[in-house]
Amino acid sequence: MTEVARQSEPATEPATESAAEPVPLIEVAGLEVHFPIRRGIVDVLRRRVSGVVRAVDGIDLSLNRGEVLALVGESGSGKTTTGRVIVKLTKQTGGRVLFEGRDVSMLWGASKLRPYRRRVQLIFQDPYETLNPKQSIFDFVAEPLVVNGLAKGEERVPRVLAALEAAGLRPASDFAYRFPHELSGGQRQRVVIAGALVMDPDIIVADEPVSMLDVSIRTELLRLMLDLRVERGLTYLFITHDLSLAWVIADRIAVMYLGKILEIGPAERVIRSPRNPYTKALVSVSPSPVAPTAGERARRTILEGETPDAAHIPTGCRFHPRCPVAFDRCKVDEPPLFDVGGGQSAACWLAEDGELPVAPTTLVATAAADPTPTTTRPA
Amino acid sequence: MSGPTFSSPMRPDESARALESEGRLVGDESIRDEADGAGSQDAASVARAAMDAEAAEVATTRGRRWTLPKDADPNVPLLVVENLRTYFTLESGTVKAVDGVSFTLRHGEALGIAGESGCGKTTTALSLVRILPSNGKVVEGSIKLMGIDLVGKSEKALRRYRWRQISIVFQGAMNALNPVQRVRDQIAEPIEERLNQSPDVARRRAGELLELVGIPRERGKAYPHELSGGMRQRAMIAMALACDPAIVIGDEPTTALDVMVQAQILQLLEDLRHKLGLSLVLITHDLSVIAETCDRVMMMYAGRVAEEGPVSEVFGRPRHPYTQKLLAAFPNIHADRRTLDVIPGSPPDLRDPPPGCRFAPRCSFAMDVCTEVVPPEVTFDGVRVACHLYPAGSDGTPITVPPGPAVDAGVAAAPA
Repeated sequence: MTEVARQSEPATEPATESAAEPVPLIEVAGLEVHFPIRRGIVDVLRRRVSGVVRAVDGIDLSLNRGEVLALVGESGSGKTTTGRVIVKLTKQTGGRVLFEGRDVSMLWGASKLRPYRRRVQLIFQDPYETLNPKQSIFDFVAEPLVVNGLAKGEERVPRVLAALEAAGLRPASDFAYRFPHELSGGQRQRVVIAGALVMDPDIIVADEPVSMLDVSIRTELLRLMLDLRVERGLTYLFITHDLSLAWVIADRIAVMYLGKILEIGPAERVIRSPRNPYTKALVSVSPSPVAPTAGERARRTILEGETPDAAHIPTGCRFHPRCPVAFDRCKVDEPPLFDVGGGQSAACWLAEDGELPVAPTTLVATAAADPTPTTTRPA
Repeated sequence: MSGPTFSSPMRPDESARALESEGRLVGDESIRDEADGAGSQDAASVARAAMDAEAAEVATTRGRRWTLPKDADPNVPLLVVENLRTYFTLESGTVKAVDGVSFTLRHGEALGIAGESGCGKTTTALSLVRILPSNGKVVEGSIKLMGIDLVGKSEKALRRYRWRQISIVFQGAMNALNPVQRVRDQIAEPIEERLNQSPDVARRRAGELLELVGIPRERGKAYPHELSGGMRQRAMIAMALACDPAIVIGDEPTTALDVMVQAQILQLLEDLRHKLGLSLVLITHDLSVIAETCDRVMMMYAGRVAEEGPVSEVFGRPRHPYTQKLLAAFPNIHADRRTLDVIPGSPPDLRDPPPGCRFAPRCSFAMDVCTEVVPPEVTFDGVRVACHLYPAGSDGTPITVPPGPAVDAGVAAAPA
């Protein structure tokens, strides 16, 4: 893990922090996002709920300053929803989000969120949809400055140009007054990154930032993101469906399935010695540009079927219906995350044996001790 | 980068509807019935063994049971493309999207065409059955299917070959399927229209095709939005198989899918290829998909072939600098290395491509000759490579260190 020093901002340091234990930049405890299902207009009018989609179903995460955490999962795993809660675009129905140790889960409304949003920025997948075709690059990058009242008029110019340069669009003055259609896909995504950088954030939540791009452009952008982390001490929550991408850029990897984290730990350990059968299967099918040998093909676990929908989550371990090694207990009891050493934890009853059966982390304890979880659960 | 995009090629069902109705319905159930009908266990196993032998035989001669087109020559390779040039006319000039591409596809073989966006891989495939956007035209070259040249064929004559000889599985099944028609009916349509079958027979055949691709027959009643992404892609494959084609072209067939679903679909394609004796052309930017499914790979760059040969050879001992770079830029979970290479710059404008080797401006191996002379294609041990590092008469040993001072491959400069 590369810890990158950043000039500290004493004003924002929480007073309660003890000098010995650094507070994680972002901490997520027992996060739940449940969406009510309303069928038809009658349900909507009567506020009747005919089911619940448990998109995120109790997850704990922490992100240290300067760290890259990859949140990996297939579609429907809740990875994007988790990211959206952290940037406050979706309301959680349970659990908390702490920023530098302070609870931000109850922070709502544009004016209250302004200081938070300045420090937590989001990059979406599709640069073609993020950019307004009628807005110049300059206006796009300058907009957050104006909205947040940080700069206006001529003051904006140096900051926008600096952000464009930092995003690798050099010379910035060549790009500032162009429009999105004049740029290539890779350049557009650089503009989106510049739009995030202009706020000088602490953390960037990047939701599949390179999925739309060609391989060679993709590596340029990944390299840019990693360079920025070193230069600016940025922290990334990198959301992706591609385990091999996570392997290349992340310090730690969290594997999500149906709203829960099934395994989390240092990238090296999660990929090289996965302890959860789902992670194992994902690693085994992650393709590589080297033709697989017969032995590799034989060792491969292609899971049957598809991820069930989040409105009908299986009992016990939510992965058990597709798990190649499930046994009776898995159908009844949901395994917690067991610490398997080396900073790695796996939610699987098979990971329990021979290891310290530590109840997840201290985070769950705090969440459980807190009798008033922030909740906006639908009635 | 080529100007036109291919986001809206003709929908398969539309093209099917447009196609001539002719031909005979084929199924592999006839042999299965024979085997099941055999009386004793022994007889059944003998029949099964005979069936296996037969299957092995038809896999080599192709598993289709209907007559070839009458001018077909069974002794030539299935598909031979020579010096194909497909240009697009724009107001701002002519885009040479495919500029002198040759390749051969043999019976039962899977060929991967790889490259970045705008390298001409999709245009090459669309040229085969001529379903190009209206401003695109095959200006030169020949496309010989079983010895029959398709380039000279009139639009009407070409309809005999689309769908029945060559079918396409498009990327993004949601856009390619008709949202207001049941999946089974969409698959039945080409069988009905094209092979002139009764609606009942066509539906029954559609049901069989669905089961063949792993969708329960009853699910055929569903509309596309009721199916998951993986299921929709399976339905697309069933549709491509509807008229029992000789060649199935997959245009990024797994790009929008999750890793696990992608693995399922690739395995399905592999199974079908062996079961039905299909020949595959797989177009993708994802080299790992090709490593997984194909026998041979053709690397394209800026409308030309950079390197072509068996997958193990091209990916195992890449010769062309572009192949080397692209492989190194690919994240590989099974490798020890956790770094990625960057290819500086971006592909050339195909309205005005650089003279000489088109990769030269981005190549760290580039020599003077590269900017002036188009590299000829030279074959070494079954690998065809177009690069001045490997002139005719050389031993073709892969060169991995740039000669002389390397061009700085930093990321600092944004692509122009």
